[in-house]
Amino acid sequence: MAYMTRTIRNLLLLVCCLLPLGAQAALEIRITQGVEGALPIAVVPFGWEGPGQGAPEEVGAIMQANLHRSGQFSPMEVARMPQRPVRGPDVDFRVWREAGMDYVVIGRVQPTGTDRFNVQFQLFDTVRGRQVTGYSIPASRAQLRRAAHMASDIIYEQILGVRGAFSTRVAYVSVTREGGEQRFALQVADADGHNPRAIFRSRQPILSPTWSPDGRRLAYVSFENRTSQIFIQDVDGGGRERVASNPGINSAPAWSPDGRQMAMTLSRDGQPDIYVMDLGDRTVRRVTNSRSIDTEPEWSADGRTLLFTSDRSGAPQIYEQSLSGGQARRISFEGRYNGNATLSPDGRLVAMVNGEGGRFRIAVLDRQNRQFRLLTDGRLDEAPSFAPNGGMIIYATAGRGGQGELAAVSVDGRVRQSLVLQEGEVREPAWSPFLD
Amino acid sequence: MMSMLRLVMILILALVLGACARATKPGDEDPSAGPGATDPSMRPVPDSGIETMPLDRDGRLGMDPLSDPDSPLANRIIYFEFDRSDIKAEYEEVIIAHGRYLADNPNARLRAEGHTDERGTREYNLGLGERRAQSVQRMLMLQGARAEQIQVVSYGEEMPVAYGRDEESWAQNRRVELVYDREGM
Repeated sequence: MAYMTRTIRNLLLLVCCLLPLGAQAALEIRITQGVEGALPIAVVPFGWEGPGQGAPEEVGAIMQANLHRSGQFSPMEVARMPQRPVRGPDVDFRVWREAGMDYVVIGRVQPTGTDRFNVQFQLFDTVRGRQVTGYSIPASRAQLRRAAHMASDIIYEQILGVRGAFSTRVAYVSVTREGGEQRFALQVADADGHNPRAIFRSRQPILSPTWSPDGRRLAYVSFENRTSQIFIQDVDGGGRERVASNPGINSAPAWSPDGRQMAMTLSRDGQPDIYVMDLGDRTVRRVTNSRSIDTEPEWSADGRTLLFTSDRSGAPQIYEQSLSGGQARRISFEGRYNGNATLSPDGRLVAMVNGEGGRFRIAVLDRQNRQFRLLTDGRLDEAPSFAPNGGMIIYATAGRGGQGELAAVSVDGRVRQSLVLQEGEVREPAWSPFLD
Repeated sequence: MMSMLRLVMILILALVLGACARATKPGDEDPSAGPGATDPSMRPVPDSGIETMPLDRDGRLGMDPLSDPDSPLANRIIYFEFDRSDIKAEYEEVIIAHGRYLADNPNARLRAEGHTDERGTREYNLGLGERRAQSVQRMLMLQGARAEQIQVVSYGEEMPVAYGRDEESWAQNRRVELVYDREGM
């Protein structure tokens, strides 16, 4: 039932919300590691019921790419499909079963007016021989990709019982070099890399973007005043304010789960320690006090404890600190270097940057069974960020040419993909929360 | 006549040097921030067969030791080992010279800008860069520099001077740069 209301809200949102979105992709996504054990599904190319060549967007192809990227599905190649039905009665369940497909998605795009379309899709279970779900989503031309992402979310949740994260966004920092100068931009793109938009540009470094829990604002560190300071900016509006500009370091912002407080690293009292700011009255409370570097705070879902990085033992490791006081407790023990802890949405997994033997890779610690697993095999992997449904981790890595790229890996390590910017570097990815 | 020509040559050289300095100065691309700093990459003029003498900003000869390429003060970069912030013995003389200069010139101000290589997390490296700059700050203060003369800033790994992904580049990036503010320039 909650699912239904959310779906209806999604559809309303799509109708109400008009964003100027370009169609150009700046991030190219390549699936670099296969998908054994993923669910077979066929997404038949959508029909176009208007004049001319076809729909302005290949809705079916977008959905197929989404499902493939999630790592949970293994979509059938279009060329191998036994039939290409556009309407429900034309689906021959037997031929799809024989082709090994448990699920078939069909659909069509209808023009309904000037710049207005209906995207209709249906999901069929070929084993039971029935329709699982089907919707009609109204959209403008600019919203067709979003309609495809919503349809992907519905299919993902219907089959797996877990909410899809295709309608979410990713923030990251892009860096280009012009002459000897670096140019930095804070970008926000759809979760599939399309529709990137720079919301802030600077000739000085930008780092550590992090989403507010409602997905409307980003906090980040900017050096625009020749020292690190923390800013909060509306993602879709003009609002921007500086929230921390103490002497020394102001960095590593992290919103509390209720969005009312922000944990951060300040060195105003001599060395980097963790502080919590009340975003209402801007008062600041010190949480750690050690001679070490304490940084990279991360909130637990209940808002009562923080994970953070500290080199109090001689090298960086992850610690946990209750906000009601007491001693910090070390939780990472594998490898010489562990930093940048980030919690999965269900709080069970801690992703971190693990350094050992001169390599930095993304690792995951399961807090229930204490199992520690390396997920990636780069040399300079960093900045892990969970998708809001916990299924994937996006992170920064050094590409073959040495430049920074983004990559994503499923939390079971099965699927890996790289997101390559056409020019320059990309780094510091942050996956948004669910946006409704 | 000769000395006139010589003065002109010196002025031209000084201007060329100044222009180079502006073009390559790291960490100061923002024009609104003001061209306060001195170029750490300043080098002696290549041997042109002409004896050169430093000019200060008012065009007076030899008044400002900061502009003297032969002074230890011309060295403005201190390098560090991986994940370390202790000062290597070879850089002590340079830091002592800057500390004495600050002590002798109470109006002088500088930024100690700490940097790291790209290994490790960006936020941790901000802390490490600050630790390096603080090591330099402490040694400057031992020579009589006062705390308010030195602004410690950490850029972490964000402003590399070398972009290779190897030890040669990393070694150049693990550094503290001393950047003087020269008011009115």
